[in-house]
Amino acid sequence: MRTRITTAVAALLLLLAGCSTGGTRDDGRITLRFQSLAWQQESVAANKELVREWNAAHEDVKVEYVQGNWDGVHDQLLTSFEGGEAPDVIHDASDDLADFAYGGDLADLSGLLPERLKSDIPQRSWQATTFGKGVYGVPFLQEPRVLVANSAWLRKARVRIPTPGHPWSWDEFRRITAQLSGEGRYGVAWPLKEPVSVTLNLGLSAGGTLFERGSDGKVTVRFGAGDAVVPRTVHDQVARDRSAPASTLGSGGSDTLPGFFGGRYAMVPLGFSYRQQIEQQAPKGFEWQVLPAPAGADGLTQGVSPQTLSIAEDCTHKKEAAAFIDFLLRPKNMVRLALGDWMLPTGTQALADPALHTAEHGWATGTALAGHLRPAPAQSVRGYPEWKDKIATPAYQEYYSGAIGLGELRKRLEEDGNLVLARYQR
Amino acid sequence: MRTRPAARAGQYAALLAYLIFLAFPFLWLLSTAFKPPRELGSLHPTWIPRHPTLANFRQAFEEQPLLHAALNSLLAALGAAVVAVLVATPMAYVMARHRTRLARAASGWVVVSQAFPFVLIIIPLFLVLKRLRLIDSLAGLTLVYVVWSLPFALWMLVGYVRAVPAELEEAAAVDGAGRVRTLVSVTAPLLAPGIAATALFAFVTAWNEFFFALVLLKSPGNQTLPVVLTHFIGAEGVADLGPLAAAAFLATLPSLVVFALLQRRITQGLIAGAVKS
Repeated sequence: MRTRITTAVAALLLLLAGCSTGGTRDDGRITLRFQSLAWQQESVAANKELVREWNAAHEDVKVEYVQGNWDGVHDQLLTSFEGGEAPDVIHDASDDLADFAYGGDLADLSGLLPERLKSDIPQRSWQATTFGKGVYGVPFLQEPRVLVANSAWLRKARVRIPTPGHPWSWDEFRRITAQLSGEGRYGVAWPLKEPVSVTLNLGLSAGGTLFERGSDGKVTVRFGAGDAVVPRTVHDQVARDRSAPASTLGSGGSDTLPGFFGGRYAMVPLGFSYRQQIEQQAPKGFEWQVLPAPAGADGLTQGVSPQTLSIAEDCTHKKEAAAFIDFLLRPKNMVRLALGDWMLPTGTQALADPALHTAEHGWATGTALAGHLRPAPAQSVRGYPEWKDKIATPAYQEYYSGAIGLGELRKRLEEDGNLVLARYQR
Repeated sequence: MRTRPAARAGQYAALLAYLIFLAFPFLWLLSTAFKPPRELGSLHPTWIPRHPTLANFRQAFEEQPLLHAALNSLLAALGAAVVAVLVATPMAYVMARHRTRLARAASGWVVVSQAFPFVLIIIPLFLVLKRLRLIDSLAGLTLVYVVWSLPFALWMLVGYVRAVPAELEEAAAVDGAGRVRTLVSVTAPLLAPGIAATALFAFVTAWNEFFFALVLLKSPGNQTLPVVLTHFIGAEGVADLGPLAAAAFLATLPSLVVFALLQRRITQGLIAGAVKS
């Protein structure tokens, strides 16, 4: 009996030991580890294909594709940086980079990237990855928030169809959603599980800034007239007009799709990439189209947090890593990545590709919005995550559900919010 | 005591309702795994897929190395269960039979250790494992799982050991059995259900664990099933629901098989000590 147990344990330990990699292979070549967060089938395929192409053309620099995931990426990277085991090339979102950039975990790319890439991406996109004097990521994919609409419903109601050249104003949007509603049917369903980023990003269109940076560099919250336009529209649609159901306020975007397909909602504001799910899940014969989000005093402007590629500060082959990023983001390759993720490329050459200007699936509407996208207003504000979780999220949720009024919302965002931000800026 | 037929019918109905309640998530997962994308987006979902398809399973297997990840999970979970039980059993015996201050302090520490959040220990743990060259290895992950499940396993086993009457061991000693013989022939068989329940606890804990595996494993070939499952989920929680459900359904099967194999022993283990001798 004892022999059997000993043998079993020994076999198990040997098996486990055999499964460990035991460190990096040493075949004389440079090996870069590229952690990608691509997750949609076409996107993963495009990334893997590009890595294969790179490896075929570069015998001396091998890139190893590592599948990462959005869920928990911040904690995973944080631990990897602390332990000196981070991937060389890192895929993330610009709003996740600030802590790593200020913490010295990411390499400053200013002197590493070729002029072609620098000049191809507009300055406003670079702003999203510039922290202090350094650039800590290459912004390469982004998505505006759009209105996905039931075409047949809009046609039947004979409402004016907005275009990027002639969008709905927020007031007009409210009137139209009221016109489309009735008998358990709603003009719009707001999936506001994450109410803060949606509100702030769309709020830019109405001139909302919310965060004000003083001459001393300190940021304070000031809830101005422009900041009230989007919240008031949503609040009134839910609580006064009954043109938006209260039931979806706590839902994610995917949760609203069955109701949208089932003819319960005429429109759903969603990220541009949701089109892939809609195309896949919509019942046969269901007609849908992509409309620009409503415009305010600042037109179609809205905030985005682009997807980024960064290099770890600990990477010993930064020049090669930058060359790989340059390869991935050549215009044709950027188009492949954008099509795979159903998102917009940041590069101007890629954005001009005819494949992204077809009317099918609303691509043309999306590309027309690209010039209006700005870095999300909050992403460089230190203390934003705590302000968002402790103050803003509950305050917006209560306001949208009708539990508090605009005055109380303003008071909480400003008074309570500034106390939180002050702690980060002492 | 006789039970009236109406009362018995009520008991069965309540039991059935409870079983349905317990089985609902699993059955819904099963149903979702066989639905084509267009049925997933339906406002009126059905229990039985109208057009059942294996496409979700095909896509899940094509996109992700599920079998390899399942093997990794199995090795780590089995390793954790075996080692945790081997280490915890003698410790539990000593703590249960010799109620010294040290044993009481150890019990207290076990309780306190359960309050540590993952995030608090992950960076020191990462650095220690790096020093031991056990980052990105299943052996390192298994070691973490053993350490993580050991306190609770110990706690469980102490209870099971206490449920075995010490008088039985004393009787064996009076009959001339030595210490080892007593432990092997008298105590161990009575403790077996408890050991099985503890092993299952350690197995399931390790099988389902996500965060340590996410942080400690880097190579795609080493990733475990919970980590690979998240590859079907995108930013803001958007998910490729069909393949995710198919993969998640497959991921539940090993736990069910282990439960089925150990069911009788576990039941004995769970009720051990419930009746005072």
